[in-house]
Amino acid sequence: MARAPVLRRPATGWRRLDAASRRLFPLAALIFGLFVIGMPFGIPGQAALRPVYAMGCVYFWSLYRPASLPAPIVALCGLLLDLADLSPLGIWAVLLLLLQGATWLLRRKLVPARFLLVWACFVLLVAVWSILAWAAEAALTETWLPLTPPLLETLLAAGLYPALAALLIRAHRGPAAVEMA
Amino acid sequence: MIRLSIPFRQALSRLTLPVMLVFSLGCVLIGRADQHLSDRLRSALDDLLAPAYMLVSGPIQAVEHSTGAIGHLFELSQENAQLRAQNKELLQWQEVAMALQAQNDALKASLHFVPPPTPHFSTGEVVADLGGVYARSVLVLVPPSNGDPQTLLGAVAMDGRGLAGRVVDAGSRSARVLLITDINSRIPVAIGANGEPALMVGNNGPDPSLLYWSPSQPPAEGAMVLTSAEGGAFAPGLPVGVVHYNAQNQPVVLPLAHLSALRILRLFSYPDNLPDLTPIPHKKPDASSIRHHRKH
Repeated sequence: MARAPVLRRPATGWRRLDAASRRLFPLAALIFGLFVIGMPFGIPGQAALRPVYAMGCVYFWSLYRPASLPAPIVALCGLLLDLADLSPLGIWAVLLLLLQGATWLLRRKLVPARFLLVWACFVLLVAVWSILAWAAEAALTETWLPLTPPLLETLLAAGLYPALAALLIRAHRGPAAVEMA
Repeated sequence: MIRLSIPFRQALSRLTLPVMLVFSLGCVLIGRADQHLSDRLRSALDDLLAPAYMLVSGPIQAVEHSTGAIGHLFELSQENAQLRAQNKELLQWQEVAMALQAQNDALKASLHFVPPPTPHFSTGEVVADLGGVYARSVLVLVPPSNGDPQTLLGAVAMDGRGLAGRVVDAGSRSARVLLITDINSRIPVAIGANGEPALMVGNNGPDPSLLYWSPSQPPAEGAMVLTSAEGGAFAPGLPVGVVHYNAQNQPVVLPLAHLSALRILRLFSYPDNLPDLTPIPHKKPDASSIRHHRKH
């Protein structure tokens, strides 16, 4: 591993396993969430939830724990999202990576900022990114697509980010905290 | 473990994002160049996920369908009486149907009627609603095919009431059905008793709209919509829905199939079905050719 922290305690097998599982937690939670959203619950707008959830996870982890969700993993999640979402292959991989890059650029300003600002910034990013996804998909499929999904995604992002953040902050302090291994 | 110097590690971590970005753009290009690649990957992923989805969708359906064993007990006797009355009525209808069938057979025999080819069908449970933001499709668990799973491609999916869609991806365990409400769905239909031709176009909403009907004979409210054999993609006469004029006074089709809560679908593979949904060779390919395949 490139990022081996200087450990005071000796790295036994169990501790290595613990650290690895903590490192893998964000990825596992992201993929499990995408799987759960695919279940037939019959909730209206369930499909729009999937990109919002992926964007929320990428945004949060890139902000607070960038090492836990490296770019190749984000690209993989984007490809999975494309396959599950029936969008042309690669669109969401590109978009999620761009979102990660944008979040890295905003990190210095956003990490010390108040939660309200972080939330507002996420909603703004989702609005821009869902429009980008709409444009990319319309261009690649050469059809005029309805404009309601970007709106719905933005509303979902505004409504669900506090709940998602509450869960992810708990994970950030507990099961995803590599330094506690 | 390889120990790298700190500047090298930093440079490496700075490079991963652009490299992955280029890789993803490459994926977009590859997906554009080889349109079957994403279909193959998708059906592989569906096959992988289908058993897992089946495990979890069982309990969800159990919760949805029953209000609990005790709640049912109170309604049992009432339900029994209702069913008995219904049964009596249905038996009368059965006699009517048998008489009509006999009459129909006699008339067909005297007309030298050529019966349409009998389709093979397989029944599958809908395990996941894997539609996307801009797509309407469901994942159906199919029995492991003894032959090529690609034979299922293009199969017509019906629920108990009417047409639901058709198969666009097929793996060894699962098939993806593009619903008639999808924005890429185009289905030739025949309206009413005279079979006026029109095109049913999905719009990602609950009710697909009707286009290209004859202006002199607009579809009548409440007329039955059946599939038409035009273009060779569908067998004629499958029930689709009923014509309705919406608030904008545009004709739409109210589908008979319960598309928002599909549970079990029957997939009919007609012998004439071509895997790529191209027009039948003996017909001249038409510019306004009917496509129901997901446009890439």
